[in-house]
Amino acid sequence: MASQELRTHAIDMSSVLRAKGNQKEHNETCIKIENLNLFYGDKQALHNINMEMPKKKVTAYIGPSGCGKSTLLRCINRMNDLVDSARIDGKILLDNENINDKAVNVAALRRRVGMVFQKPNPFPKSVFENVAYGLRIQGINGKRILEETVENALRGAALWDEVKDRINDNALGLSGGQQQRLVIARAIAIEPEVLLLDEPASALDPISTLKIEELINELKEKYTIIIVTHNMQQAARVSDYTAFMYMGELVEMGTTSQLFTNPGKKQTEDYITGRYG
Amino acid sequence: MMRVWFKSGAPWIWLNAAAVSICLIMVVGVLVLVMVRGVGHFWPGKVAQLIYQEEGEQPQILIGEIVDTTITPALMAKASGFKMTDEEDTLVQYQIKTGNRDVTGADFRWIEERKIKQEKYPAGIIVIERREWGNFYGQLVGIKENNKTIATGEQAWPMVSERINRALSIFKEINRLEKKEIGAINYGLERLRLKQKKLQLENRWNEPAEKQMAAEKAGYEAEYKRHQTQLGELYQKIRRDSLIAKTDSGGEVEVPLAKVVRVYRPNNMSLIDKIGHYGRKAIEFVTDDPREANTEGGIFPAIFGTVLMVIIMAIIVTPFGVIAAVYLREYAKQGFTTRLIRVAVNNLAGVPSIVYGVFGLGFFVYILGGSIDQLFFPEAAPAPVFGTPGLLWASITLALLTLPVVIVSTEEGLARIPSSIREGSLALGATKLETLWRTVLPMASPAMMTGLILAVARAAGEVAPLMLVGVVKLAPTLPLDGNYPFLHLERKFMHLGFHIYDVGFQSPNVEAARPLVYATALLLVIVIVGLNLAAIIIRNNLREKYRALEG
Repeated sequence: MASQELRTHAIDMSSVLRAKGNQKEHNETCIKIENLNLFYGDKQALHNINMEMPKKKVTAYIGPSGCGKSTLLRCINRMNDLVDSARIDGKILLDNENINDKAVNVAALRRRVGMVFQKPNPFPKSVFENVAYGLRIQGINGKRILEETVENALRGAALWDEVKDRINDNALGLSGGQQQRLVIARAIAIEPEVLLLDEPASALDPISTLKIEELINELKEKYTIIIVTHNMQQAARVSDYTAFMYMGELVEMGTTSQLFTNPGKKQTEDYITGRYG
Repeated sequence: MMRVWFKSGAPWIWLNAAAVSICLIMVVGVLVLVMVRGVGHFWPGKVAQLIYQEEGEQPQILIGEIVDTTITPALMAKASGFKMTDEEDTLVQYQIKTGNRDVTGADFRWIEERKIKQEKYPAGIIVIERREWGNFYGQLVGIKENNKTIATGEQAWPMVSERINRALSIFKEINRLEKKEIGAINYGLERLRLKQKKLQLENRWNEPAEKQMAAEKAGYEAEYKRHQTQLGELYQKIRRDSLIAKTDSGGEVEVPLAKVVRVYRPNNMSLIDKIGHYGRKAIEFVTDDPREANTEGGIFPAIFGTVLMVIIMAIIVTPFGVIAAVYLREYAKQGFTTRLIRVAVNNLAGVPSIVYGVFGLGFFVYILGGSIDQLFFPEAAPAPVFGTPGLLWASITLALLTLPVVIVSTEEGLARIPSSIREGSLALGATKLETLWRTVLPMASPAMMTGLILAVARAAGEVAPLMLVGVVKLAPTLPLDGNYPFLHLERKFMHLGFHIYDVGFQSPNVEAARPLVYATALLLVIVIVGLNLAAIIIRNNLREKYRALEG
């Protein structure tokens, strides 16, 4: 039984990958990471990471638990600033500008680099106020413009039809999948350039997961997306590029089809084929 | 068998249940005792007429309410000097309230049951509640108008209540004039005096100022004269009627109606009359000023003082506690220092409250208040304004006392907010401050309210420190009135907790006041429950609104 299931998955994946393989590959770089090291106290969590992520593509980070993929993701909008013991050196260039520079306005950076977390974390406010939150922070309080932006963001997150009649209800009353899409709507309402998704579907049921994945495919028209996932099928389905990380190091990065069908390193192959991990 | 029973855990469950029951019984017991003793006080008891004969004396008539009974075993009674015959097993004694303190010198006396020759509850016995000398018990003889008897006996009764109502309405008017109108004039004159002194101190006292002040003074004085003549007329009017009554010993007493609060005939009252009487007495208790060294009348100023003090305390303690907790939890670098501060704050909650009182008196009243007087009220010297115990200092002292509770619960509330919410806000480009104001603090508001509830509960019941920093036995004026600036934070005030102590233990007439102790205690409990309920309702609304994320 189990082996049969696996085989069907494998077939699915290969067909998806073949389709992706036909894409033409030439891209502008959006984010470039150079010699990035991260320490938690004395412990080094990321080792000399170098990678480039192209504009308006989906890049997936995969790897076993604790390999540093979420930590790396959180470097890109400087979420690790919140951890007192974290120390970072190296460069992360967003449009050729080092975001690790002391002079960078972190709040402004986070407006450009939105983030969605593993667990849906809507504020205990109405659906409307959740989406309007980022705008209100920027001092935008006009009723018309808020309503318009909120509607567009909710449509963009494929949630509008489900919540338009209860836009003033508490967001905590939505289902888990709806909450996660609400959080995505909240992130895209302030029109970031990059969207960081930290295992956005891991706490959701399969149908909600499917919806999120469809959404990611739509969103990449407008945003550069980086997604952390421990689900390789998901990585294969939604991403254009994939980076495999292991023990705080970047093992290999390439187009998704190449990495999955023809991995360059033994470690990657072992992980992908399930012999390890 | 036993072993199995022990192992089953049943004894443990029984033990737990017993502990809970004991707690419950104690709480209910306290409430029931206070309620029974306090609530019964206003019920018009029947008044007995007794024929009582002391050994070797003539029989005498006693009129009064039986308020207490004691039963002493014969042996003990003998030991305390009573003569007991061999047939008697017990000595039964009654405490009767005979009133008529002006005639007999005491309100209560103890009598022995065996010496009562006859007990009757005749109709027509009147009880007069007076503004002086306590209750009068006796029989109505007649009613006088301008020293001429106009009715006697039973005919006089219907006229009594009518004339009392007239006297009461005049009394009310007199009271209003004296307290409000003349009080305002006195207040204005005092302000003028201070203003003059201030101008003199600042060397700005000159001709125009003097003229203006003289004009204002003349205005006040004219008004005062007008009120004075009005008052004279009212006093003339209220003195018109008086009531003649016969005491149990047969002497006649003339009671001017100006001094009467109410007259009733308890033995003639139906149940409905009694309920009405009870209601009026209860309302009087809650809404009126105290009389006769706090042993009669109401306790409104004490309720008002308690509530106002608690509100001011809450206004002071909440922002302070919340700001301190936010700094400790959100901004301060967690480490040895913050741990030390937390320990200190927690210990502060355990300091005996009288110590806060001493601190309040020494620091707030004398040092702070004294400096305020020197800086802002030099014209009032040598009389202190803020340099003496008062409402403000009492509120601040209690705020200090309850600060730890607010800090601790706010900190707990802040700690409970999931970091995912903060990250969510930060990821949207909010700064730490914006995150705090827009998301974290509103979500922590139920915890702040919890702290406030605990603070209010503790502050409303606290008495010891207040005795040093502002509570008095009798405050002539409320701290909130119609005279600018309306809220007089420097004034002394009355407080329910202190009132209980004062009435019960410092009063000249402890026996008469004892039921009032219970009634006041009941009211104190009700006030605290009311304040808490208000806060709990607000908190539950907030909780509903900011229902935290699950897990």
